[in-house]
Amino acid sequence: MKELEYPFEGGVLISKRKSILRKLRKSVSQSFLSKKIAILGGSTTASIRDMLEVFLLSQGIDPEFYESEYAQYWQDAMFGENLIEFKPDIIFIHTSFRNIKELPNLHDSVRTIDLKLEKGFEYFKTMWEKLISRCHCPIIQNNFERPIWRLMGNRDAWDLRGVTNFVSRLNQRFYEFAQTHSDFFINDIDYLCAQYGLDKWHDVYYWHMFKYALAVPATPLLAFSVANIIKSIYGKNKKALVLDLDNTLWGGVIGDDGVDGIGLGPEVSMGQAYSEFQSYVKSLKDIGVILTVSSKNEEGNAIAGLNHPDTVLHQEDFAVIKANWNNKDLNIREIATTLNIGIDSLVFVDDNPAERAIVRCQLPEVTILEVNIVEDYIRTIDNNGYFETTNFSAEDLVKSKMYTENTKRAELALSFGDYRDFLISLKMIAVIRDFEPIYMQRISQLTNKSNQFNLTTKRYSQSDIEQVTVSSEYIRLYGKLSDKFGDNGLVSVIIGKKKGDILDIEVWLMSCRVLKRQMEDAMLDRLVEEAQKVGIKTLKGYYYPTVKNAMVRDFYKIQGFTKINEDSVGNSQWTLDIQSYNKRNDVIEVKK
Amino acid sequence: MSLSREEINTRLNEVFRDVFDNANISVSDSTTAADLEEWDSFNHIALIVAIEKEFGIKFSMVEVTNMHNVGEVVDIIEESKHRNG
Repeated sequence: MKELEYPFEGGVLISKRKSILRKLRKSVSQSFLSKKIAILGGSTTASIRDMLEVFLLSQGIDPEFYESEYAQYWQDAMFGENLIEFKPDIIFIHTSFRNIKELPNLHDSVRTIDLKLEKGFEYFKTMWEKLISRCHCPIIQNNFERPIWRLMGNRDAWDLRGVTNFVSRLNQRFYEFAQTHSDFFINDIDYLCAQYGLDKWHDVYYWHMFKYALAVPATPLLAFSVANIIKSIYGKNKKALVLDLDNTLWGGVIGDDGVDGIGLGPEVSMGQAYSEFQSYVKSLKDIGVILTVSSKNEEGNAIAGLNHPDTVLHQEDFAVIKANWNNKDLNIREIATTLNIGIDSLVFVDDNPAERAIVRCQLPEVTILEVNIVEDYIRTIDNNGYFETTNFSAEDLVKSKMYTENTKRAELALSFGDYRDFLISLKMIAVIRDFEPIYMQRISQLTNKSNQFNLTTKRYSQSDIEQVTVSSEYIRLYGKLSDKFGDNGLVSVIIGKKKGDILDIEVWLMSCRVLKRQMEDAMLDRLVEEAQKVGIKTLKGYYYPTVKNAMVRDFYKIQGFTKINEDSVGNSQWTLDIQSYNKRNDVIEVKK
Repeated sequence: MSLSREEINTRLNEVFRDVFDNANISVSDSTTAADLEEWDSFNHIALIVAIEKEFGIKFSMVEVTNMHNVGEVVDIIEESKHRNG
């Protein structure tokens, strides 16, 4: 929804919240994730809850809320029974510098201040650890915003007795905890208050009148930030950028101005601005964003621009380049098909409002950046949190490389008459094993991101995965696949729960980038092998249809299972007798 | 630019309709929180934020504390618009 994209007016969102909510509620469908969010506040949280509801709905998450009584965050976290009964999927702790028990003063010695810091940190740490053991779910914790006043003026920033200094040291301790604990995320209100404007953020009228620790018109910004963390945890980040070229990645029109005439590089201000934007886009690749181009140009001109002496982005940085005279909605559709990702995971950047209007009309699922000038590009992309990075796995660093390798595989496939010959020529090697600690994050990420090849679409936080891993009730397998072109990384996950001599397959998913490679056969072979070891006689598979997983509706049938049941909405159950089983995979070498 | 009471009333009514998402609301000078079911303490804050936004003004704590009916809100807006030319 356009009014919920940065930059938005907090005051306007608050005035129009009810009608926006009404519209969003109408859009709720079966594909929405239902999530229970517990808000533990150190000050009033009502407006934050309301705005969070709006932003989460706009991201496809239907929230149910639990709120602590006023300022009871700590007691609730430590002892609250209602919180446990609520069974939160996510806990958000909304505290502010007003919740710091002991601030330093000018009479304190360095040692006293250190003790206060330690005590202040321990107070929070005890609470987090208690929450981790009581709730086993991701925790989102505010850091501290800059305090309202600076007693010593500028000196407050560096003098150990300054509250400003103390707060920034306490924040550092929070970050150290975040660095050593997965499923613990900082909501950076220290950034938000600066972005919003400290004077306006700290409008104490809202504190004294209603006990809000920030100005109420700033609560949408805060809620937006929390919603971005939550949607990122649940794999609802955007995945790819579709970029125009002329007047988007460089100044001017390359077809008219020639490669020497475009604005790029250090010579002129405009060129510098485009170069900086290119650098930003290039670094997005490092967090796993796939880069693509859709430009109305002759392909030769597009490539010439990407070979400009001052270009930061090169042809090989893009997984797909569509430079032609087709309508952009057509190109965008093809880009999504080539990459095998949903149209709703694309962000379109184009300086031309007419192109944007066509795409908006034809493909309303695409996120469109409403920006006309280069100096606004970075800020707008950055602040919208499309690519909010909560879980950063090694896969992300090389993701776009994997997509480029896939393009090469597709080219090779065309040169073979027989598909099996092609598969053999890939020299595939798979590693299929029980879950291991280094992959917990990636496994959780996959359960949250995979939509198409996902039989049950069951989502797991990292804590959930860790719990499954230590339980003897489960058989778990992850699968990695590499071939002569490169490593695809961890691409498949199966979780089966033992029930006597039956194994209930609760999760079977695979990344679409390894479709049609017999990886699913290799996974089934290993699953049968592990199941037989513990006396399982029957595998039981489940298919729950969603708007995105139609491709696996007949998956179990293809794998030789027998359908035993299907209800009116298409939920089906399948069984496979494994007492006699013939291996299916004959093209991948499997390492255990 | 100073606004007439009538103009203020019309715009204020729109704000009430927006905040409560109810197109049938019609407020007058004598309307109080007791007259509108939706006008609870939480919506009250949203209402104040919305009025401030609509008229580009900022209420003081004293003003908000002393608001008892819509007429008094109009008084404050009128005065503030007059004050700021």
